[in-house]
Amino acid sequence: MKAYDVIIVGGGHNGLACAAYLARAGRKVLVLERRERVGGAAWSEEVFPGFRFSVFSYVVSLLRPEIIRELELPRHGLQILPLESTVTPLANGDYLAQWSDHDQNRRELARHSPRDAEAYDEFGLLLHRMARAVKPLLSTAPPNPTSLDPRELFDLLRLGRYFRRLPEKDLNALWKLLTMSAADYLDEWFESEALKGTKSASGIIGTLLGPRSPGTAYVLLHHYMGELDGVFRAWGFAKGGNGSVSAAIAAAAQSHGADIRTQASVSKILVSGERAIGVVLDGGEELRAPIVVSGADPRRTFLGLVGEAHLPNDFVAAIQRYKFRGSSGKVNLALSELPRFTCMPEPGPHLRGAISISPSVDYLERAYDDAKYGEISRRPYMDIVIPSMLDPSMAPPGKHVMSIFVQYAPYHVNGGWSDAKREQFGDTVVNTLAEYAPNLKGAILHRQVITPADIERIVGLSEGNIFQGELTLQQMFFLRPAPAWSRYRTPIHGLYQCGSGTHPGGGVMGASGRNAAMAILGVRA
Amino acid sequence: MLKTTPFHERTAALCVSHAWRRWAGYVVASSYELSHEREYHVIRTAAALFDVSPLYKYLVRGRDAARLLDLVVPRNVLKAEIGQVLYTPWCDHAGKVIDDGTVARLREDTFRMTSAEPNLRWLEDNAIGMDVEITDVSESIAALSLQGPMAGSILQSLGAPTLKYFRLAAARLRDTPVEISRTGYTGDLGFEIWMDKKSALPVWDALMEAGRGYGIMPAGMLALDIARIEAGLMLLDVDYVPARKVLIDSQLSSPYELDLGWTVNLGKERFIGRDALAAEKARGPQWQFVGIELDWNSLERLYAEVGLATRLPGAAWRMSVPIYSGGEQVGYATSGGWSPLLKKYIALAHLRAPWFAVDTPLEMEITVEHRRKRAAARVVKKPFFDPPRKKA
Repeated sequence: MKAYDVIIVGGGHNGLACAAYLARAGRKVLVLERRERVGGAAWSEEVFPGFRFSVFSYVVSLLRPEIIRELELPRHGLQILPLESTVTPLANGDYLAQWSDHDQNRRELARHSPRDAEAYDEFGLLLHRMARAVKPLLSTAPPNPTSLDPRELFDLLRLGRYFRRLPEKDLNALWKLLTMSAADYLDEWFESEALKGTKSASGIIGTLLGPRSPGTAYVLLHHYMGELDGVFRAWGFAKGGNGSVSAAIAAAAQSHGADIRTQASVSKILVSGERAIGVVLDGGEELRAPIVVSGADPRRTFLGLVGEAHLPNDFVAAIQRYKFRGSSGKVNLALSELPRFTCMPEPGPHLRGAISISPSVDYLERAYDDAKYGEISRRPYMDIVIPSMLDPSMAPPGKHVMSIFVQYAPYHVNGGWSDAKREQFGDTVVNTLAEYAPNLKGAILHRQVITPADIERIVGLSEGNIFQGELTLQQMFFLRPAPAWSRYRTPIHGLYQCGSGTHPGGGVMGASGRNAAMAILGVRA
Repeated sequence: MLKTTPFHERTAALCVSHAWRRWAGYVVASSYELSHEREYHVIRTAAALFDVSPLYKYLVRGRDAARLLDLVVPRNVLKAEIGQVLYTPWCDHAGKVIDDGTVARLREDTFRMTSAEPNLRWLEDNAIGMDVEITDVSESIAALSLQGPMAGSILQSLGAPTLKYFRLAAARLRDTPVEISRTGYTGDLGFEIWMDKKSALPVWDALMEAGRGYGIMPAGMLALDIARIEAGLMLLDVDYVPARKVLIDSQLSSPYELDLGWTVNLGKERFIGRDALAAEKARGPQWQFVGIELDWNSLERLYAEVGLATRLPGAAWRMSVPIYSGGEQVGYATSGGWSPLLKKYIALAHLRAPWFAVDTPLEMEITVEHRRKRAAARVVKKPFFDPPRKKA
């Protein structure tokens, strides 16, 4: 039997990226994937005959340009299509659009507020500068400020010098972004409710927080990091759906010699003394390697696959405290015709971008209020894309697929998730959306509803959290997933983590997978 | 969709080149004819009619209108006479230029400001506590620019009053009320005509009819670009980065660095950026925005070396071109081109101290048959072209 240097548990996009980098560096790598195909939450599937969906994650968000370049993903089949506009339908039949063309966007915003139209550019510029300031953090292992390890001290020093070079006004702005709520921060800039609602939505995605919860402003920055890499289209739609991202990374890994085994469910990570020595599969098969990397989230990795007995108690406590609180679901619709939004009934460019049901900050905060007390939002926030408008191969000719990201659908819903609850959730989503697009109900051929419980069951993400743990400041950077264990290493020698549960966290970025590979290879990323 | 100006019905019919470009979210003609050359010469020999409606325009009214504008711009607005127009840049609190345009005193308590970028928010934010009303009239006021030696005669034939340089007056052109200012962007004798957008077509028709005997022609942005370089007039986004769009501090410019020190009135007690500008004046600016003239013999030699006759740009260019002294880069040109009138290759350039002094010998990069060369150049006084008729 072939001897491997590294076994990677889980063939999600991060596990695959980690495998690709390690294989590229000459390591013999085996990826073990429980399901019949790799991809994890970056998964495309023909759910209904002729209709393909990005079942879970649905946009390429912040996929690191260095990964696109270094793994030659375009050569391995990745094509990212532009997804540029956001239209927010309003209850009064009007809409607010954010277009990619500067003149068109300015004119549209000025229709709602001339002040906002002017502030928009300045806001964008400031966030662009902030994103530039923070971006180097994404591609490096976060130094632990309490460590005395000279390497970490050096990194910390480098980072400190970097931040010291920032002009004072930028530092002040960064501090505000780190501490304020998205709603408060946006209030300092804008007056249009629809604009504030839509912008604040990006601050709440994947968390059980509302737009008025402190700390949500920081996540606004992530969108602008995507813009820095504008030419790489770090934000867009992958042709064939998000499964194509996984497939391209898997192809890159295989081209470098990595082996991928599907339907190979790891039940246990073998630990001898304080060293990881391999894994055990569901059927009892043992596979050995001096290095084991887990792409599973921290809870599954440590409390599930490793076991508390092998771990220091303070570390176990930190992992137990690490918050997941899945709060979002998906509704995937197969449509016989395009939706006709009351605000823009005719087919047009708005259907090639995102449609955001986020008419105001109050709307989102009310949606959160329901979730806070364990209910599905009666009127949820929705981020909608129609992939068949960008890639006709997603649906039969003339028909369409619609992907609806929905928040809030709390994992800990009152009464627990059941088939009936799932349908109730699906009905809520369709009913709410039909208020803005009345022909929707009649156009639905098939409906797939995915709750946080489904995400956990199918993909294996604890509590269905799409980011492998909330992207909140108390569990980011050097605290992700646990203090002192943020640099992809773990208390078990030879065991590494490479999932979104590590710095810099979620989105289809691949940064965790790449950074973990660099840590294993001893390369300063 | 892009906006069209109130003159579009006329300009579209005349634009046989179908060459349009964007300006502040509007489409305007690059040239009407297939080549912009005749349009350029009309500016210098007859009268060229430009549609300048896309300019941003703000009406500032009220007891504190003069006080607000005096706070915002470095020139003295309080002392402006009724009917006077001031060209001025304006700065942020660090004394860096955010925009440039004109401030016209229409009445004691009424001003119109024009700018290249939107400024409503900037004006409103600085007007806190003032008795002033700011209205964005960018869309409701249409504007034409009539430039060239015959411009005055055309307007007078329509009954317009004579005007001194940078003065403005109300007038009626064939019964249509307008305001006429003796301003422009060509460095020539010229006027700008401001009107309600409903009056746009009658005014256009009146000018074109009255101008026929004087050789009037509509002209586009390509012709204007050559004329404004000859006049030494800078263009936002081309010759400088406005402070609001700056990504790194080295992109910032002060009025002193843009050769606009004459607009900075440090005698005023208070205006935005004053402290920073006073300090900079004391230090002496490290950069200057100057005119550059290329040496013909040097140009000719570079082309002769590869067996070609000297090639000259047919239209003005706008890009960053390195300028050297000895082996060292000492600055960069941002606009340039061949002056059909002066028969000189000219450019506008930012130069570091001490290379910005007049007559300093320099070299400008030029690509000759795919290879980068350096042509001899020297610093000259702006404007390159300054006819007495401009102010007479």
